[in-house]
Amino acid sequence: MLRFIATNTSLLVDGISYGMVLFLISVGLTITLGVMRVANLAHCGFAMVGGYTAMALMTRADLSFVQALVVATALVVLLGFVLERTLYRWIYTASQLGQILMTIGLVFIMVASVNLLFGSSTQALAIPGWLTGTWEHDAFTLSRYRAFIILFSLALGLVLWIVLEYTVFGAQLRASVDNPNIARCIGINVPRVFAITFAAGCGLAAVGGIIGTQLLPLEPYYALRFLVPVLMVIAVGGLGSLQGSLCAALLLGIIDTFGRYYIPTAGAFIIYITVVAALLVRPQGLFARG
Amino acid sequence: MTGSREQSPPDIRMSFARHNLSWLDLAPWVVIVGAYFMADGYLPLGTQIIIMIIFALSLDLILGYGGVESLGHAALFGAGSYAAGLFALRISSDPISGILVAGLAGMLTGLITGPLILRVRGITLVMMSLAVATVMLELANSWRSVTGGADGLYGFTIAPLFGRFDFDLFGRTGYWYSAAVFAVVFILCKIVVNSPFGLTIRGIRENPVRMRLLGIPVLRRLVMMYAISGFCAGLAGGLSAQVTQLVGLDSFSFVLSGNVLVMLILGGTGSLNGAIIGATIFVLIADRAAAISPFHWLFALGIALILTVRFAPGGLVGFFQRRGS
Repeated sequence: MLRFIATNTSLLVDGISYGMVLFLISVGLTITLGVMRVANLAHCGFAMVGGYTAMALMTRADLSFVQALVVATALVVLLGFVLERTLYRWIYTASQLGQILMTIGLVFIMVASVNLLFGSSTQALAIPGWLTGTWEHDAFTLSRYRAFIILFSLALGLVLWIVLEYTVFGAQLRASVDNPNIARCIGINVPRVFAITFAAGCGLAAVGGIIGTQLLPLEPYYALRFLVPVLMVIAVGGLGSLQGSLCAALLLGIIDTFGRYYIPTAGAFIIYITVVAALLVRPQGLFARG
Repeated sequence: MTGSREQSPPDIRMSFARHNLSWLDLAPWVVIVGAYFMADGYLPLGTQIIIMIIFALSLDLILGYGGVESLGHAALFGAGSYAAGLFALRISSDPISGILVAGLAGMLTGLITGPLILRVRGITLVMMSLAVATVMLELANSWRSVTGGADGLYGFTIAPLFGRFDFDLFGRTGYWYSAAVFAVVFILCKIVVNSPFGLTIRGIRENPVRMRLLGIPVLRRLVMMYAISGFCAGLAGGLSAQVTQLVGLDSFSFVLSGNVLVMLILGGTGSLNGAIIGATIFVLIADRAAAISPFHWLFALGIALILTVRFAPGGLVGFFQRRGS
């Protein structure tokens, strides 16, 4: 009995940490989609670029994990900001099909560049010493790294929520979302708000990509492979809904982990069945407003 | 809606006339016959081009005419491919019944997965189409006893066409056989897009809500179109299986879905001719470029995709139409 509880607890921890990584990667996209109505399929690519940048910093510039995390995230934020000001100006004005195609084109460019610079093998970042190992108590074990992922992303989510709900910038963003024209009339620089939001979203994806390499290993096709789960999170969570994304990410992460453990033969399919069922009930997403 | 979609009021007479037969429709046949005599050693490449043209046509039906942004069209191609391979392996090596089975498998896949994909819109639709292809790939990978897993299907033979024409090493039979299937698909597409049904599909692309208010069962029509598209994609997959006598997991891959999308966009959507031109040029260049360096090719493809959407949204066909008028 104790063993059963212990197994399920550790599965739950695995599921939650997987879900939190998915949340970090998808939260930026849910905002760009819900707010700016841009179908940015290259979003997952920013997570990949973050992961690879951190790896380059750690192996070639001898930075520690935390330093690499900070520097790589800052670089991806910068990249997101520059791209938003240049390439995404074109993307904004395109039709939805055009947006999908242009961002797929950007994914192709990312995949090719990453392969050129880092090779095509599957890799993961080295975890620092203070995060390896487990805490053990009776039959219960808790991986330090998993605990770190959960706590760190919870903290980030909390910061995000406070920024959106309680700061002037958050109010400006919410105003720009609800009605960009009126927001502009009362003096909010809407394009600037969107640019900052976009860059921040890229940064969050990069953080997810960096701390999640043990769960979602780096490889050139990362940007496409993990696009499906990220899009699932957004579809099930409802476009533009932060809480929805969080709930959906946790739900999918936990169901996927339990499914793979208890029904190994059908494990890979359970998550898809869940998503199809969820969308049959609520085509707009389980947690969508209205 | 974004402003770029708005067009001048369509000329009704033109919108009916543009899709009817013209002398230009003979051009592919001139090329196909000409290529047979001019480029004898390249017939397998020619066959590959014809197969991709059929596949791109099938995508044009649902994307160009129906406005459905499917990123998982390989699901239908792969269904046809595996059906043709399994049919040859287990039941009969007759090519014609095999190709029919492949088409039906594609259609059936379209009928089953269509309602899942088409009842949602926007990014959710993109996700569902990707997910369907991923599930099919996963299924083909894990259901080893039937699909052969990562090894795929191999070691099946295709009987001579009409008991007389062998599928030889030089690919002459394969070439004409594919050309014949292309003829059938091309005529089918022409009929479908010019029928009242085809016009309602175009109406749904322009304004689904309005079509609904006019009493058109939007979802059912789209699923029907998706099934027809699945039939054509299944034929393309089946051809690929029969001509190469190999079926692999890559027939469900995103790379294939992405490639066929790029072909159609480069050529131009919603005119059938775009699919033909785009697939021809794409396969010709890819055959050389991908052999030299696959990842440089991917890089170039990404840039080409962005520039095409930005500067020639109608693809090559649209570009020349604008120049011509």
